[in-house]
Amino acid sequence: MNQEERHTISILVDNEPGVLSRVAGLFSGRGFNIVSLNVAETLESGLSRITLVSYGVAQIQEQINKQLRKLVNVVKVTDFSDSDCVEREMALVKVQSDAAHRAEVLRIADIFRCKVVDVSPNDYTIEVTGNRGKIEALIDLLRPVGSLEIARTGVIAMARSKKGIKK
Amino acid sequence: MSRHNGNAPGSPGKKRKGTKLTGAKILFEVLKDEGIGVIFGYPGGAVIDIYDTMPQYDIRHVLTRHEQAAVHAADAYSRTSGKVGVCLVTSGPGATNTVTGIASAYMDSIPLVVFTGQVPSSLIGNDAFQEVDIVGITRPCTKHNYLVKEASRVAETVREAFYLARSGRPGPIVVDLCKDAIAGEADFVLPPPACMKGYTPTYEPHKGQVKKAAQLIAKSKRPVIFGGGGVILSGASEELRTLAEKITAPVTTSLMGLGGFPGTHDLWLGMLGMHGTFRANMAVTECDLLISIGARFDDRVTGRIDSFAPHAKIIHIDIDPTSIQKNIPVNVPIVGDCKITLHQLNAVLDYEDPANVSEKRRPWLDQIRAWKETAPLAYSQCKNIKPQFVVEKIYEMTRGEAIITTEVGQNQMWAAQFYHFDRPNSFVTSGGLGCMGFGLPAAIGAQTACPDRIVVDIAGDGSIQMNIQELATAVENRLPVKVAILNNGYLGMVRQMQELFKDRRYVATDMSHSPDFVKLAEAYGAVGLRATTPEEVEPVIRKALELDVPVIMDFVVEREECVYPMVPAGGAIKDMLLA
Repeated sequence: MNQEERHTISILVDNEPGVLSRVAGLFSGRGFNIVSLNVAETLESGLSRITLVSYGVAQIQEQINKQLRKLVNVVKVTDFSDSDCVEREMALVKVQSDAAHRAEVLRIADIFRCKVVDVSPNDYTIEVTGNRGKIEALIDLLRPVGSLEIARTGVIAMARSKKGIKK
Repeated sequence: MSRHNGNAPGSPGKKRKGTKLTGAKILFEVLKDEGIGVIFGYPGGAVIDIYDTMPQYDIRHVLTRHEQAAVHAADAYSRTSGKVGVCLVTSGPGATNTVTGIASAYMDSIPLVVFTGQVPSSLIGNDAFQEVDIVGITRPCTKHNYLVKEASRVAETVREAFYLARSGRPGPIVVDLCKDAIAGEADFVLPPPACMKGYTPTYEPHKGQVKKAAQLIAKSKRPVIFGGGGVILSGASEELRTLAEKITAPVTTSLMGLGGFPGTHDLWLGMLGMHGTFRANMAVTECDLLISIGARFDDRVTGRIDSFAPHAKIIHIDIDPTSIQKNIPVNVPIVGDCKITLHQLNAVLDYEDPANVSEKRRPWLDQIRAWKETAPLAYSQCKNIKPQFVVEKIYEMTRGEAIITTEVGQNQMWAAQFYHFDRPNSFVTSGGLGCMGFGLPAAIGAQTACPDRIVVDIAGDGSIQMNIQELATAVENRLPVKVAILNNGYLGMVRQMQELFKDRRYVATDMSHSPDFVKLAEAYGAVGLRATTPEEVEPVIRKALELDVPVIMDFVVEREECVYPMVPAGGAIKDMLLA
């Protein structure tokens, strides 16, 4: 009951100044933690999508979702449980490594089907796209090989189509 | 063929080329269309164009002596008139001075629109003179807010602001108007009623849920009805009374619900919660069904949550889904307007022979009567004036028909306990925020809305000094408000807590250095009266009620009187301290 869980929420909002502030303020004002946040325009004019990952107890999450729906600029709130959506995230990882380990970096990047987007005598920058598991795994493998700097987009998500046809 | 003059209000919907008006004029055109007759405000450089345009419109302006008072006055005006209260203040410090008032209106869900001036749009973010990000500052304590940077956006924004303020769960809206938006010109066409995609409050309840509620009611032997501020905001006191009498259920309310059910009715239990009556707290603890209408189960009411209504099934009717299942898990949640929902509930309840119902309820009502006899609201008389006695006398001599505003603390609790409200919109208090200095400006707002009713502010000597300057506003506008100061020379409620929980270590609660309130009243051009013995109380009140001017009554009361019952913070409501 009191287990803390990860929640991925997709929020459709009016694209107006201050909306992001309002949504973020709702979390910080009540002591909820935002793990990651991504926002961009959608194809519908005037609407943007915020994809947000938060971490907390389910009952608190229920309250957050209701508070979000209450905001005047929020049009729709969807709370995804892991199985209902496709999640993706992109990261740029800069690996600084010595001559002995540079080849290892390239091998790992190859296994994960990542691209190397920058190279210099001391480091590689790798671009990786995938779900959270893949990105965490890549980072874990790269850590012993060299020192890392990382920039992540945060998760974006899309609902999966319903399986089969309902009779 | 003459060209239509687009400047014709009351011709809604038709999109035609309007006349060019300044933002200030557009503001007043929409205010006029919204039926606004009064603005409480305080001018400044950023809003000088609005003030310059004001005399061209038939709108009354009440100049307060502090912007905080302007907001409290508009708040009380709204509560007692049923209209949306309106404030106008300037940028920078004018705007920041409104924050307390806005936060109080937000906590109590009062419909209010506050217009703040702002520097010209080109200077925003430049740390300009009297610039402040009031939209950022009030974001957490407004229902919604707007920054208007162009004259062309004024009409639609103002229309939306009023719609949001009064619809769904009401609340304060801030509209920040840049100076160039006010002075600039735009084509004016009266905007259509507001319609917002992301905002669709639910008024009609779910029929299945209403049926479920009716079924629970039919099975219940020891029901209690608990009303909150929502009953008053929704205008549902008739429907509440019908329900209570139909199922013979005793009724209690929160502080904000007082007046929602007649305080002189046989089924009235008294207020619930931290300083509620013994029988109300016991009834809720022992009931088997709690019907909650328009209340949010605030911590002042519930005390320790695991001992709140532990044997009861709970029906929760509220227009705001976020209030439901927030603090207390409930059995039958119903999202909807209180008046509409109660009306449907009353219709769906099976008809039961009143004799039958009385039989069923007899043991429960007998138990409640026993609780009332065990610990009625009481105090002992002595040679000094008891503050409870003052409130009782005021109740008696106004025949329970006055509008009572209060400050915060002991004065507020005694007013709630010893004045019995039979009608809604008669008790005006800062409940959720508990903001000292609320009472006098609120009395001014209430008297403006209801010039024919007696308005009394029940105050403490600490609270009254927070907005004492509003005596000037009352005198200037000929608002004959009466201020009853329960003068004990302390910050009473905090002193009480220091007495009960801190071994009587009175730190920073001694207020004996206060002005002579009688002389202060006279300095402002009002009347000042004083009573120092119990025999002087009645003549002072009588004289004050006879005078058609603002009056301060300084009642020098027993210094160390405590409010009882009291539920210690975090305690269970059944564990009340009774003396």
